[in-house]
Amino acid sequence: MEMLKIKNLNVNYGAIHAVRDVSLTIERGEIVTLIGANGAGKSSVIRSIMGLVKARADEMIFTSPRDDKSVSILGKPAETHVKLGISLSPEGRRILPQLTVEENLNLGAYIRDDSDGIAEDLEYVYSLFPRLKERRKQKGSTLSGGEQQMLAVGRALMSRPDLLMLDEPSLGLAPILVDEVFGIIREINAQGRTILLVEQNAFAALKVAHKAYVLEVGAVSLSGTGAELLNNPKVRAAYLGG
Amino acid sequence: MELNIFVQHFINALSLGSLYGLVAVGYTMVYGILRLINFAHGDIFMLGAYFVYFATIVYKLPWAVGVVLAIIGTTVCGLLVDRIAYKPLREAPRISALISAIGVSFFIENFAVVVFTGMPRPVVQPPILMQPIEFSNGVRLIPLGILVPVVAFILVGALLWLLYRTKPGLAMRAISFDIETTRMMGVSVNKIIALAFGLGSALAAVAGIMWALRYPRVEPFMGMTPGIKAFIAAVFGGIGSVPGAMIGGLLLGFVEIMSVAFFPTLSGYKDAFAFLLLILILLFRPTGLLGEKLEDKI
Repeated sequence: MEMLKIKNLNVNYGAIHAVRDVSLTIERGEIVTLIGANGAGKSSVIRSIMGLVKARADEMIFTSPRDDKSVSILGKPAETHVKLGISLSPEGRRILPQLTVEENLNLGAYIRDDSDGIAEDLEYVYSLFPRLKERRKQKGSTLSGGEQQMLAVGRALMSRPDLLMLDEPSLGLAPILVDEVFGIIREINAQGRTILLVEQNAFAALKVAHKAYVLEVGAVSLSGTGAELLNNPKVRAAYLGG
Repeated sequence: MELNIFVQHFINALSLGSLYGLVAVGYTMVYGILRLINFAHGDIFMLGAYFVYFATIVYKLPWAVGVVLAIIGTTVCGLLVDRIAYKPLREAPRISALISAIGVSFFIENFAVVVFTGMPRPVVQPPILMQPIEFSNGVRLIPLGILVPVVAFILVGALLWLLYRTKPGLAMRAISFDIETTRMMGVSVNKIIALAFGLGSALAAVAGIMWALRYPRVEPFMGMTPGIKAFIAAVFGGIGSVPGAMIGGLLLGFVEIMSVAFFPTLSGYKDAFAFLLLILILLFRPTGLLGEKLEDKI
């Protein structure tokens, strides 16, 4: 069952045509990854899905698993997406530095009113990232890069999204933390959440992904299952160091 | 200085300072979120004073009703200012909104001259607020002098509770750091901005009403000087910080009243002290007492 279907997405920044006719489909329960070099347009795709950049497309349809209703999310403002069940852990983490860890997480649950459910999810996030629990009263700005990344992912989970989008979750992390983050991505997916993952770390992303798209100068150049792309000689040469 | 006189100066300073503080809070909230100096804020304060004047003195409504109506009317005006003069400029360069703010300020002042006439009108104070209370040690206080700081502290306390203990407060603090990320969390940014304008205007209305009672008259330009001084108080306390604005207001009130109390010959320079203070802060501590360093802001 499709969750997100995009046909011919285009994004322009002034004269720069950053995304060219990108089409992609995300099925329920999948981890889909978008890989590509710096500047290939990966973030633009994910940001246009979230409604943060102006985009054109033939269609951009989200089908909520909650009620099986399909809605067009093209051109809708960002604040409506999270109510539909889409959330984003943005590139650069974008945690709020002067708010505490717990306040950042509560902000992620802003649209919800079920205080029991929020408390439950707070515990769930703390069980995924025990370090956040230790630092719950600390300001976001005092966290290390890895902890901030965990907070950004945790905050995106707090809205109980059906589609979780992660933009470069491994960027700037020590290798041991990268493994941990990808382990957690698998765990979140195993609990039934669909994930769209944008990554420069193609090897790690392809290993966890059910389906992958390779973006080159704004257009999809290749797509297939994670395993297919891992073994594709072109992908190996370009992104996996031979 | 006799105790009696000192206590009276102290209460005066507390009263004046908390009025500056109440107005300063409105500047600081809007600045914190939009990085905009809402020059019309002093004029919103003036509208609060006029509305209560019309409600209670012209239309003879009871004070309690008049005060509530004045607060509601002023809040609506504050929201309209945001809707008409600032909201269309959210994506425009910051200087455009600043110019718009100056325009709105002139507009409200001159509109007030046309509608209310430029003539100052006397405010009849309710006698219950003016009946001096005499203490055994000779200290005499009027109830109004105590009422003003009490009301101001309660309101600022309530505002802090809202900012730090409620969801809209969390959203307001979040927006001041990163609007885009806050939107992504499902926050309707324009509603939260309107809330900040509404709360700031309501507090300015209360300050305007109490100002009109203390200096018993209203006139269309009465918001200019207190508005500028409250702005100085907000900068002094650290613009963007609500407790800072209140502290800045109180300190400014004390500087003004005490300088005149101890050096009566300098009374002509009363207003100059506020600006001297502003120059000194900007030279030596531009982030103010409780202000954050700018580089911390994303």
